[in-house]
Amino acid sequence: MAALAETSYVVELESLSVRYDSTLALRAVSDVVVAGEWLGVIGANGAGKSTLLRALAHLVPYEGVVRLDGANAAPLSRRHFARLVAFVPQKPELPQQMRAIDYVVLGRTPHLGYFGVDGERDRARCASLLERLGLGAKVERTLATLSGGELQRLVLARALAQEAPVLLLDEPTSALDLGRRVEALELVDELRHERGLTVISALHDLTLAAQFATRLLLLHEGAVVACGSPAEVLDETSLGHYFGARVQVLRSSDGELVVIPRRQSERKP
Amino acid sequence: MTTVRPLVPETRPVPAPVSAKKPILVALVVLVAVALLATAIGPADLSLGTVLNVLASHLPWWHPHATASPINQAIVWEIRLPRVVLGGIVGSMLAAGGASYQGVFRNPLADPYLLGVAAGAGLGATVAIISASRSMYLLPVAAFVGGALAVTLTYLVGSRATTHSAGSSIVLAGVAIAAVFTALQTNLQQQHAADLQPVYSWILGSLSTASWSDVGLIAPYVLISAVVLLAHRRLLDVLRVGEEEATALGVHPQRVRLAVVAAATLGTAAAVSVSGLIGFVGIIVPHVVRLTTNASYRVVLPVSMISGASFLILADLGARMLDAPAEVPLGVVTAFIGGPFFIFVLRSRRSHQGVL
Repeated sequence: MAALAETSYVVELESLSVRYDSTLALRAVSDVVVAGEWLGVIGANGAGKSTLLRALAHLVPYEGVVRLDGANAAPLSRRHFARLVAFVPQKPELPQQMRAIDYVVLGRTPHLGYFGVDGERDRARCASLLERLGLGAKVERTLATLSGGELQRLVLARALAQEAPVLLLDEPTSALDLGRRVEALELVDELRHERGLTVISALHDLTLAAQFATRLLLLHEGAVVACGSPAEVLDETSLGHYFGARVQVLRSSDGELVVIPRRQSERKP
Repeated sequence: MTTVRPLVPETRPVPAPVSAKKPILVALVVLVAVALLATAIGPADLSLGTVLNVLASHLPWWHPHATASPINQAIVWEIRLPRVVLGGIVGSMLAAGGASYQGVFRNPLADPYLLGVAAGAGLGATVAIISASRSMYLLPVAAFVGGALAVTLTYLVGSRATTHSAGSSIVLAGVAIAAVFTALQTNLQQQHAADLQPVYSWILGSLSTASWSDVGLIAPYVLISAVVLLAHRRLLDVLRVGEEEATALGVHPQRVRLAVVAAATLGTAAAVSVSGLIGFVGIIVPHVVRLTTNASYRVVLPVSMISGASFLILADLGARMLDAPAEVPLGVVTAFIGGPFFIFVLRSRRSHQGVL
């Protein structure tokens, strides 16, 4: 893990496009995510948030170039790539009978050979990760016995076990209640500082996106329509336009942005 | 005096990997007991002492004088033991093939015949029986070639399908190829009604003609297959999180699937070429192992191999003793246990949590 803290990675996207059959799901998205930054990708359903993340994770074919610390990522072997970029899917597959520790150890896969088997060091690292994420007491429990919040942290632990400097999160908190949601994002933020991670995440909740991301990218029909600090991107008129809803952006007493959806009709309950 | 508590939290011991040692040991003990029992029981009842005596006399580095009568020696060494050993190898291979297919296709109902190896072997065997006028020399070779051919076709057709999940398109291709091969086989069989009996009894499976040469014939293939499958045990665990996440972890699921399918097909085609189409072993055994031990392939694969051997040796003992001196087809015995077992698997509590 020592090597990780010093190697923060810059992620560059150069005119990234993704085509599903004949429709363009992503249109020439370009951006530079600096090392240690948290880029929040926002947009309405179907705007291309997941597609962007899945293209970055090399899970869908794309046109354009992804550069990691200046080097084109396309020619990298999958194993090598998985040591640089960890991906947390929206709905992770959770084998119910697997033990927590064995699940996290799967994250060591990019560091093992094809026929390699995890050693004591791999398991020790994973155990300390579980400890760090507050799951120290659940190491030997099966996934079936863990709560939603615990599973979320477990999936994060597996991604961290890859020891990749870039962390991609696709709507990481959509299945959690409000408290667990803030807790999980808080944890990602701590880890980002601790390990110098570059985080790119799709975020549904605009208020949370404003509070955690250092920069926001607003997608509409696969194209970037706004990019910048949360205060710049979260504009009432443009949000209303791109989300097709009335919203109000307020500033809380301590200066944080809050996005409130409003009812369409004037009728009061 | 106060003791200073360390600032660093107590380090917990490193969690052990999923342990396969104990279940393997238990399964081995059962296998040895079952094998000895099946060698001793038969029309001529032999004592365990006689069996052990004959076995010991064949040990290469120690030659105690065989005290058993020459007839008993022949019964043990030439008739029963080859049958027990062959049953063990076949059962072991079918169980390992089933467990591996369930892993790479992530389907609890996958069995080693999923991709058409049975239909192909059946066609090959039928051709051999009909054309070689019941000389059985060519049968294993023809069955092996037919089985391997069918799976190769399935793979070529299925992996070119342009669906999102290559795994399920290969399974669907297997259904189609199996249907074609079975149709050809049935048609051939109907045109040569005189050979119906040997074809039919081969399809139902039997170990009644087992010999050491059969064992020698299939052992290399089964050994290679078993080694390759066991080497993939950790990757099979990685596939448990699905193709996309396995990809994100740096694995090529298609490559793993190709290697596992090739190895499982090689071993299964070899096994059925001498035993006929014995069903359900590949489903029953891995599921019992999952339900009683651990679902990790580090446990499921080796323990299924050992337990598959025990299971088929026992089933074969049933096949030759239930209706002695006549033999019940081995496939009938395994299916008779397999049917009710399916119901048990479907109803069991843990299957609701996902058996894989």
